[in-house]
Amino acid sequence: MHGKHVVLIEDEPNIAEAIRFILARVGARVTHLATGADAVAVLAAEPPDVLVLDLMLPDRSGLDILADLRAEPALAALPVLMLTARGQSRDREAAERAGANAFLAKPFANSDLLSAVRALTMGGA
Amino acid sequence: MPHTQPLFLARRSYRRRRMMDAVRLLPGFGAVLIMLPLLWRTAETPEPDTAEGLVYLFAVWVLLIAAAFALSRGLAPALLVPEEPVSPEAGEPGENSGEAG
Amino acid sequence: MPFNVLVAVSLLYVGLLFGVAFVAERRARGGSAVWLRTPLVYTLSLSIYCTAWTFYGAVGYAARSGLEFLTIYLGPTLVFVGWWWILRKLVRIGRAQRVTSIADLISSRYGKSNFLGVVVTVMAVLAATPYIALQLQSVTLSFGVFASDTPEGWALPDQGATALWVAAGLALFTILFGTRNLDANERHHGIVMAIAVEAVVKLIALLAVGIFVVWGVAGGVADILARIGASPIADWPLKPGRWAGLTFVSAAAILTLPRMFQVMVVENADERHVATASWAFPLYLMLMSLFVVPIAVVGLGIMPLGSNPDLFVLTIPLSQGAGKLALLAFLGGFSSATSMVIVAAIALSTMVSNHIVTPLWLALRVGSARAPGDVRGLVLMSRRLSIGAVLALGYTYYHLSGGSAALAAIGLISFVGVAQVLPAMVGGIYWRGATHIGAALGLITGFSIWLYCLFLPSFGEGGLISARVMADGLFGIYWLRPHALFGITGLDPLLHALLWSMLLNTAAFLIGSLASFPGPMERLQGVAFVNIFDQTSGPGGWARSAAEAEDLLSMSQRILGPEEAQRFFQAQAAAQGKLGYLPDPTPDFIARLERQLAGSVGAATAHAMISQLSGGATVSVQDLIAVAGEAQQIKEYSAQLEAKSEELARTARALREANDKLTGLSVQKDAFLSQISHELRTPMTSIRAFSEILMETDLPDEMRSKYAGIIHDETRRLTRLLDDLLDLSVLENRKVQLTIGVANLHDIITKAVTSASNTRPERVFVVQRDASAEHMPVFTDTDRLLQVFINLVSNARKYCDAERAVLRIEVKKRGGFVEVDFIDNGAGIPKTSQALIFEKFARLTDTSHAGGAGLGLAICREIMANLGGSIDYIPGQGGAAFRVRLPLKRSG
Repeated sequence: MHGKHVVLIEDEPNIAEAIRFILARVGARVTHLATGADAVAVLAAEPPDVLVLDLMLPDRSGLDILADLRAEPALAALPVLMLTARGQSRDREAAERAGANAFLAKPFANSDLLSAVRALTMGGA
Repeated sequence: MPHTQPLFLARRSYRRRRMMDAVRLLPGFGAVLIMLPLLWRTAETPEPDTAEGLVYLFAVWVLLIAAAFALSRGLAPALLVPEEPVSPEAGEPGENSGEAG
Repeated sequence: MPFNVLVAVSLLYVGLLFGVAFVAERRARGGSAVWLRTPLVYTLSLSIYCTAWTFYGAVGYAARSGLEFLTIYLGPTLVFVGWWWILRKLVRIGRAQRVTSIADLISSRYGKSNFLGVVVTVMAVLAATPYIALQLQSVTLSFGVFASDTPEGWALPDQGATALWVAAGLALFTILFGTRNLDANERHHGIVMAIAVEAVVKLIALLAVGIFVVWGVAGGVADILARIGASPIADWPLKPGRWAGLTFVSAAAILTLPRMFQVMVVENADERHVATASWAFPLYLMLMSLFVVPIAVVGLGIMPLGSNPDLFVLTIPLSQGAGKLALLAFLGGFSSATSMVIVAAIALSTMVSNHIVTPLWLALRVGSARAPGDVRGLVLMSRRLSIGAVLALGYTYYHLSGGSAALAAIGLISFVGVAQVLPAMVGGIYWRGATHIGAALGLITGFSIWLYCLFLPSFGEGGLISARVMADGLFGIYWLRPHALFGITGLDPLLHALLWSMLLNTAAFLIGSLASFPGPMERLQGVAFVNIFDQTSGPGGWARSAAEAEDLLSMSQRILGPEEAQRFFQAQAAAQGKLGYLPDPTPDFIARLERQLAGSVGAATAHAMISQLSGGATVSVQDLIAVAGEAQQIKEYSAQLEAKSEELARTARALREANDKLTGLSVQKDAFLSQISHELRTPMTSIRAFSEILMETDLPDEMRSKYAGIIHDETRRLTRLLDDLLDLSVLENRKVQLTIGVANLHDIITKAVTSASNTRPERVFVVQRDASAEHMPVFTDTDRLLQVFINLVSNARKYCDAERAVLRIEVKKRGGFVEVDFIDNGAGIPKTSQALIFEKFARLTDTSHAGGAGLGLAICREIMANLGGSIDYIPGQGGAAFRVRLPLKRSG
């Protein structure tokens, strides 16, 4: 994980803080965005190794952001981990349809998060 | 028996129609009476006329007031809310309040 | 009679009138207006026809021209006994169309044309000014009579000063009782009552003088008749032209005088009163005329040669040493003068304000009817100023004319002027073919001839028209001489002007109407006026409207005042089977609203304001006309169909609305589960993640305590959510235990504002309050009420998006409830969301930063329901606005 770049889009400041801590502890570089507004531009400027994306954001849905990413050639293959606090199977299906590579329901075990991100960096590498 | 009731009602509304005719004619009738002095040869006769004219005009006036009084009592109920069909039954309460007023 | 006594009695009398008006207003507002509006009061209020001209002038007139004075009262008698023809129709139209004045009637009939309103207003003001001056003159003269008669020989301070004081006093009285309500249909109870009292006083005074003269000075009826025979007026100098002409002009004037229209039509409370007045008013006129000739004859006999016969009513009792009777006569004359001036000022100011000031103001601010601005205040202010201006004009005329002309002459000139409205008025209510072009041509023609042949020459040789024009005609054209138009000589000037003005006026009106084509609005109004007795509801004229109910409400509030407007809208919404304050903008509703507004600002202005908001609606009227075509039957049939399909459409709309709401609710319920899941899982995520971190790692102390702090906060958030949910469930099931206590509303609001201040504390946030209105005890569960208030204030702090956020808190009592309004200056809540905000989890912006879970307003609604009150969103207030209603008394 050392040196890997992870972008995190999450509106809850406390959850973002926790995820940043968990990933930074294993050497990843974490960039945090609180809204999805300019996410595509930021990601296109410097494509990360993994994107961790919350499904329910204040301004726009995580699914919409994901759809935009997949439309962008440079980001079409970006590994994406989707987080949701609603935890219904419907959300999981929707996330997979939109092209998420992995899915995690809140609340999660820290180790689950870590292994999911790690798996995605491996797959992507 | 069932025949007498409608007959009675018809007569009442017939009377009311004729009262409306009368109240329409009243100002014309009054105008003629008031204009009548135009035909008099006043001031050409040696006798003074003002006192007679005064009595005549006030008599006409009283007549008109009395006629208007009689007709308004009969017609006030017909002024009730127009949405209701003008039927004698509908006119009944209005007639009472008209008399009270 | 000492001057002081006279002044004291006058002031006492004025004080009594103030008292009567005040008590009547109080009673009317207390709801017991029934006894105020009897046929008797209506008839007595009509007595303003008998001004000082009648009271003093009739005797003078009789002394000069014998029985001719009777025409002035016989004309109106004919109109009243013939009430079935015109009066009944005018009163019905006046009520149906909420007509505010004679100018409004003409304007409204001819397609709500404001131009006609302005023409009639200008005519009316010009014709009434000398008449008002005449009243001021009569009061001044009657003061003068006492002055010259007293042995002490007190000098009257200054005649001009007396007139000025009288004018100012009348202006004050009229403004006080005449501009209390804006809506012309909320009638002037106080003024009408005062006028009725004055009517009785003047009748009694004149009868008393008459009885004194016949049985006191002369020797009874036979003696009086003999004296008449021996007097200078013994041989009746009947002039046929004047006899017929004056009867006609006085009959016309009673219909068209603005002040008569005011009491006859605008102030009419019940159509049946007209039936009573049809005989009672002629009776009043007859009694007023009864002793005129005896007084004149006795006056001519016993008063020194050259004394003014216009003042015999005062001077005969004085000369016979009957001081108290003279004082009564003085009060009678005073009553005649003041009541006329008061009503004339009200009628004229309504016209000036509705047809000139308000339209001008609207025109100067084109398209900004939606912008904040207090139209109601403007209209009231312009009415007050107009009253002042009308009286100032009258005073100025009095001052300039020097008060010399014989009283009767001014009155008749005025009558001929206002009679010019007759063709347009009678044509308008009996002939559908009358058009506004015809009306305008007729009015302007008649008015010009009146000005040129009668009004301007009345200022005397070398006054406003030079002697050369009088002798040689305008521009030296011989047949344009003011007193011999078209070469007709040998008629007296009054008859000459009457003949030509009425002939040419009527001709211009008829030809103009026949030759022009009426607009759609005009044709609709024409049908509504002419066929007033055939219709249950007049054609509204708003076929299909783009006006948004919310815009209409916010506009109406500025004209009618918020309470009145909200009550009207709520009632209309209820009539359509809807809750809340926003009825569907159906044609029927808009027509009703327009009539409601017309009662305040006149038909043309109301129409202009509504069209401004409902843009393009005029076009739909044209569409309607085109579809309906000429044939009345087709039109009526289609109107019926339209009403039916409109009814169906409305039912369908109501159903659709209900369905939308249900669907919306079920979507919300669905969302509720995932929402609750989201709301519970979010804090739990932080808690779990940080507790694992704390368990696993060796952390520096400050991070350890920071993360522990986060866990603590998130736990509290979780607890709060669960509390809210439980609270809501208890409240919804009405199982809540209320702790009823008494508290000062002011204190509760203060506490709420303080507690809410930790919501977004960084924000500059102004709270406007009215402490004096807030101080009142409330019997309720004060903690629960506080909870509602805190919620509303914090919501405003959170969501009000204005740069300088201001929250206005207004408290008022209405019915058995106290209403607390919380109104901010933000963007408000979009109409589509207004129905949902009180539902659970109905957070409009889907943001968790707002802190709560979207349960606040749902809880507030349940609390208010538990407290026996309610909470509503009130649209159209310029921001988000919530109204909390709380019963004043404990429900037990």
